[in-house]
Amino acid sequence: MSEPAEVWITGIGLATSLGEGLDANWDALNQRRINVDEKTFAPYIVHPWAQVNLDAQIPKKGDQRQMEAWQRIGTYAAGLALDSAGVKGNKEILGRMDMIVAAGGGERDLAVDCNILSLEAKGNSAPGFLNERLMNDLRPTLFLAQLSNLLAGNIAIVHGVTGSSRTFMGEEAAGVDAARIALARIAAGQSDIALIGGSHNGERKDLLVLYEFGDFNLKGKYAPVWARQAHAGFALGSAGAFLVIESKAHAQARGAKPYARLTNVVADLARRERPGAVTATLERLWSKLGKLEGKGAIITGATGAEPATSEERTFLGEHRDFAVRASGTMFGHTVETQFPLGIGLAALSISRGALFPPNDPTGLEVEMSTPPSQIVVVGAGHWRGEGMALVEAIK
Amino acid sequence: MAAPRDKFGRPIVVVTGMGVVTSLGAGKADNWKKLTAGESGIRTITRFATDGLKTTMAGTVDFVPVEPFSSTDLSERLADIATEEAIAEAGIGSKGDFPGPLFLAVAPVEVEWPQRMELGRALGGDAQFDYDALLRVSGGGRFAQYHRRFMFGSVADHLAETFGTKGSPISLSTACASGASAIQLGVEAIRRGEADAALCVATDGSVNPEALVRFSLLSALSTHNDPPQGAVRPFAKNRDGFVMAEGAGALVLESLEAATARGAKILGIVAGCGELADSFHRTRSSPDGKPIIGCVRNALSDAGLVPEQIDYINAHGTGTPENDKMEYLGISTVFGEHASQIPVSSNKSMVGHTLSAAGAVEAIFSLLTLEHQRIPPTINYDVPDPAIPFDVVPNKARDARVTAVMSNSFGFGGQNAVLILTREPV
Repeated sequence: MSEPAEVWITGIGLATSLGEGLDANWDALNQRRINVDEKTFAPYIVHPWAQVNLDAQIPKKGDQRQMEAWQRIGTYAAGLALDSAGVKGNKEILGRMDMIVAAGGGERDLAVDCNILSLEAKGNSAPGFLNERLMNDLRPTLFLAQLSNLLAGNIAIVHGVTGSSRTFMGEEAAGVDAARIALARIAAGQSDIALIGGSHNGERKDLLVLYEFGDFNLKGKYAPVWARQAHAGFALGSAGAFLVIESKAHAQARGAKPYARLTNVVADLARRERPGAVTATLERLWSKLGKLEGKGAIITGATGAEPATSEERTFLGEHRDFAVRASGTMFGHTVETQFPLGIGLAALSISRGALFPPNDPTGLEVEMSTPPSQIVVVGAGHWRGEGMALVEAIK
Repeated sequence: MAAPRDKFGRPIVVVTGMGVVTSLGAGKADNWKKLTAGESGIRTITRFATDGLKTTMAGTVDFVPVEPFSSTDLSERLADIATEEAIAEAGIGSKGDFPGPLFLAVAPVEVEWPQRMELGRALGGDAQFDYDALLRVSGGGRFAQYHRRFMFGSVADHLAETFGTKGSPISLSTACASGASAIQLGVEAIRRGEADAALCVATDGSVNPEALVRFSLLSALSTHNDPPQGAVRPFAKNRDGFVMAEGAGALVLESLEAATARGAKILGIVAGCGELADSFHRTRSSPDGKPIIGCVRNALSDAGLVPEQIDYINAHGTGTPENDKMEYLGISTVFGEHASQIPVSSNKSMVGHTLSAAGAVEAIFSLLTLEHQRIPPTINYDVPDPAIPFDVVPNKARDARVTAVMSNSFGFGGQNAVLILTREPV
């Protein structure tokens, strides 16, 4: 086997609750500005998407209409990433660019659901009642806005990324694996350049129901991730986060400037019924990342859900020479998107020569005064799946 | 001895275990017998009332009881059955300890109507039915099992725990190409040298009212309800849509080196994989066929084969007017004159369209075609379409010399994936 190819992050696209683009997000992080809505979904808390001019990345209104919010957010952020990498509209590169999207599913039509439940409660239980309502009430193209792989499909249609199109599902772990597989393929020479990422619309009552089944939603009053021990849970966030990653040789050949190197991505599935399994798994993944020099940083997607967050806190306690930031504090929990978002924030921090400031009354997050050269991105899912990435400065 | 490599210097990827369940039955033997006898697994739906539906038949798997029903529960059960068969045949690892990663093709997961109605009933009859009200009764642990059930990763979690696969299991969707993509991910992992073995599973238990209505509203389904066995008519002039079906396929992939070292029986080779996305439309292929053509060429090139070396095509062949026309355009463009001589048949004429599972189910049937040197037919082919002059192996199975098979999978969202399967390393 030849030496694995070095892989660079050459494009970052962020469209989050803090704004669109790298400057808006960076400024908000540095000002510790959080966009949180405690009222619209009360008692539930969400981080609403900062509205943008969709036309800037999705020029055709017809395309916008064919999508639900999660697809618009993702397609928009993917466009930002392609712009950032300088490959937007470059048909030659886009036609062979690989794509791995981490996705959940789309919004339901809440009115249709509730009407059916209401009619059923009033005694409408005739055979075919449900069929008749669904046939009449569902928008024919709604399905396409719900299908997991149609975010990738829309990115292909709107931006022309067609080398390949793969969609990974499975909550937080999907985002880890999208990065892991894309990196492995480029490192092994199976691919030269890839678009990876995800999007999430947290302003959805159907999603709140799903997480409420497990009592995972943060309720009442917002608190930073590390300050939720008395009231565990997460506030869903809305964000799209996409990255362009490519081999160093490919980037240099086209004169692309890197934000950072994506050195390694590792993942596992802890058997969480055993107390301490998450801590032990994170420790094992840490040891597989490669040489860590200390005095680095950790950007974690810790959710605030228990017991995973407490187990992660124990792990972090063993690595106090790394300054910690919880992306969930600033952006909310964006599930499949949290890990690509973390990689994007890590690459951005490295390229700006500073880690953004802590935002944590508990003191777990501390100031970091030196430019970070190594940032470990951590993703332990609220329910399952653990992953880590090592993002490094290119010296 | 040097490690066995293909002509590109990559580890050769072999299949050492297969398991399959479809509407025709459970297991390779039963499926192959019925498939080559030209039997249809399509039947009138009895799982739920079909009043008011335009399509009332499907390739349901009714012999695997799931109560109360959810498509995700059935998908999980079907995946279990196929995986057990595949691992038993491969004789790999030990019970609950599969020595490699899991790649699972699975339909997108969501809360389904029986569970949503249960939630509605928790509200009581006089309540205001909105999602705020549903939210008030969702918590407190009463429905905790539905959080676990309706996580997208839940089926993969279950398989990973049951069969002891290693690392982070991947759940993927490339719509109706998902099964082929799962195999491709396994092939790539072995070629990278990351793993000596991979478990590639694809499953779909999607026949529920809303799923049927969704495809129906997109005018994708056949409405030839009577007799149901005659509904799927790939490549025929009177084809009018696909028929939803359920099933699962599981394959144990290994490097030839690892398989040989442990003395495993080799069932076939995954010689090449190709993919290429289509940016034309959400549900339709580019009219010039370029993405399909490019995808087929990518697969051939990945296998290091030329079109003349393929001697059977296991078609995507859904039986929709659009798919079959575009598949002909793609194949005839790449294969030229050879396209009129090569047998091209559709398993879906018998098992229906197993959606997320189809790519793996049909890869298994392709490998069985290689093993038995017998090509399953395209049934319900009574009215040829002059615009599609394929040799579709009409209505009766045929003995043939088959050394290399191409298996096609195309899906909504511009998904195209093609596998090349061979008997011997190429």
